[in-house]
Amino acid sequence: MKVLVCISQTPDTTAKIAFTDGNTQFNKDGVTYIMNPTDEWYALVRAIEVKEQAGGSVTVVNVGTADNDPIIRKALAIGADDAVRIDCDPKDAYEVAAQIAEYAKAEGFDIVFTGKETIDYNGFTVGGMLAELMDLPYISMATHMSLEGNTATIDREIEGGQEKAQVDTPFLISANKGLAEQRIPNMRGIMMSKRKPLKVVAAADIAALSTISSYELPPQRSSVTLVDPENPAELIRLLHEEAKVI
Amino acid sequence: MSVLVYIDHAGGKLKKAALEATTYASKVAQKTGGEVTAIALGSIDEGALAALGAYGATKVLKAGESHFDNFDAGAYTKAIAKAVEQTAAQVVIFTHNSSGKSLAPRVSARLKAGMVAGAIDVPNTDGGFSVRKSVFSGKAFADYQIHTDVKVISLNPNSIPVEKGDGSAAVASFDSGVSAADFRIKVLERSTSTDSIPLPEAELVVSAGRGLKGPENWGMIDELAAELNAATACSRPVSDVGWRPHHEHVGQTGITVRPNLYIAIGISGAIQHLAGVNNSKVIVVINKDSEAPFFKAADYGIVGDAFDVVPKLIDAVKAFKAQA
Ligand SMILES: Cc1cc2nc3c(=O)[nH]c(=O)nc-3n(C[C@H](O)[C@H](O)[C@H](O)COP(=O)(O)OP(=O)(O)OC[C@H]3O[C@@H](n4cnc5c(N)ncnc54)[C@H](O)[C@@H]3O)c2cc1C
Ligand SMILES: Nc1ncnc2c1ncn2[C@@H]1O[C@H](COP(=O)(O)O)[C@@H](O)[C@H]1O
Repeated sequence: MKVLVCISQTPDTTAKIAFTDGNTQFNKDGVTYIMNPTDEWYALVRAIEVKEQAGGSVTVVNVGTADNDPIIRKALAIGADDAVRIDCDPKDAYEVAAQIAEYAKAEGFDIVFTGKETIDYNGFTVGGMLAELMDLPYISMATHMSLEGNTATIDREIEGGQEKAQVDTPFLISANKGLAEQRIPNMRGIMMSKRKPLKVVAAADIAALSTISSYELPPQRSSVTLVDPENPAELIRLLHEEAKVI
Repeated sequence: MSVLVYIDHAGGKLKKAALEATTYASKVAQKTGGEVTAIALGSIDEGALAALGAYGATKVLKAGESHFDNFDAGAYTKAIAKAVEQTAAQVVIFTHNSSGKSLAPRVSARLKAGMVAGAIDVPNTDGGFSVRKSVFSGKAFADYQIHTDVKVISLNPNSIPVEKGDGSAAVASFDSGVSAADFRIKVLERSTSTDSIPLPEAELVVSAGRGLKGPENWGMIDELAAELNAATACSRPVSDVGWRPHHEHVGQTGITVRPNLYIAIGISGAIQHLAGVNNSKVIVVINKDSEAPFFKAADYGIVGDAFDVVPKLIDAVKAFKAQA
């Protein structure tokens, strides 16, 4: 199996969110970056398991600048074989998907993995766009996958339940919790990752279809109203009469 | 602008999300001058579809072939793209739920139409077309400017109230050009619990964390939720150890919810948890530790032991319902 995993870089989950330039730019000062959790914990690990089971190779791809190289090296340390970084600073999900499609179309990947969603722009978008641009069947929010020959049986999350579906390679799958167990890179992996190939390719001429014009922080909540633990009826009264939510 | 709205339905019934999406579509159409056409795929009663007229749809296109009863984002996309062409739609609306999240990006890429995923408000059309959404897992909002002629929007559930008027829509059968051969995904089985409310759509949510000590103590959480007609949720460690199913996990790495009321019981309020819930309209926190960070994000709070407070709260809800 020839497998591709799309990985993105996001601010650490505890990062302080602030903006500059009249609320038009994200303030990167003091922000540490990580590999997007679903990409690292589930998509990448499940891809490595496919190789362990069926042989083949795992390539990771990232659309971004050289700032992303540390997370790409981490993916190699966890167990990917090689990496490709498409060198640009993408403005929207379409630009990301179209760049990956441009690179991946001729490569003949059997399975393409993405995470379900990034924790910064929360799009849930790149996977679907990439599937369309590569003309692949798309199974999103996968919580389990078993593979027999070229046929995968996949559980996915749907509203209030689950769906079990079957698809033949090639296909694109977006990873959700449950698909695999997080792996921590070991010393050997880290040493080996330094010698694994990270190829930087020039970006194709593709324009974003949308851009962010401004940001805003949500209004602060006023301070909490405490209710006597012996008198929860008072809470119900407040929720009914004051907050008007029940 | 002419607007096309995708109608999500299950078991022959319109989902609440479909009514929200149609209401939203009609607001967009009013703003920009145009009509709303709805599109529904698969088995659903024409009467149910005609009822979309009350929410602002003029016409409904229906492709009712049984192959559409299997969800395949690729095949669905072909059908929807054809409907966009046929109606010359300039704005295409989906719900940001599991089917919409799979479909909207595919339709966007197929049409090279810029998209905003998870819109929380109607577009601003003064000198452009910009749509607001949550970013950084609820820690901020961003306004996205869409630059293409055709625009795709998926609407976050619970972002706008459903508005019902009068009227009935004309239902026409739609030749999607999609055949069984376009379906490359075979759905083997689907299990949805019909007795509980899907978490992303829920207006009220009762959520509990590690403070509950073990799965055997969830009875009172389920009971409180049932009394309030709320959905249940949990913190990540709780679903990690299997006390509760994965799909209840809210937060930065789980799902994001925006209910009218979020009740957090025995949850500390870590930043990653808050990220998934801090756009809730009202937050209630029950925690025995008065220093728990969640109180800083709460509107109402009770400092107390959940095992004492929750049973009393259930009684209070029952009493409230009895006199209402
Ligand atoms: C990268 C990353 C991503 C993460 N993503 C998420 C996410 O998406 N969602 C998420 O929830 N977490 C997430 N976490 C974990 C998060 O940091 C916290 O560890 C987690 O939210 C804590 O869960 P908890 O509040 O249930 O447990 P705890 O932090 O253990 O808190 C339990 C609380 O219960 C209270 N308590 C104990 N006994 C009682 C009682 N009898 N009555 C009342 N109160 C009681 C305690 O005072 C305490 O405040 C993430 C962490 C990382 C590093
Ligand atoms: N810049 C990027 N480079 C490579 N893959 C990406 C990039 N951005 C997003 N992805 C992939 O697409 C998934 C969904 O991202 P999003 O649509 O932004 O929520 C992520 O989990 C990644 O797998």
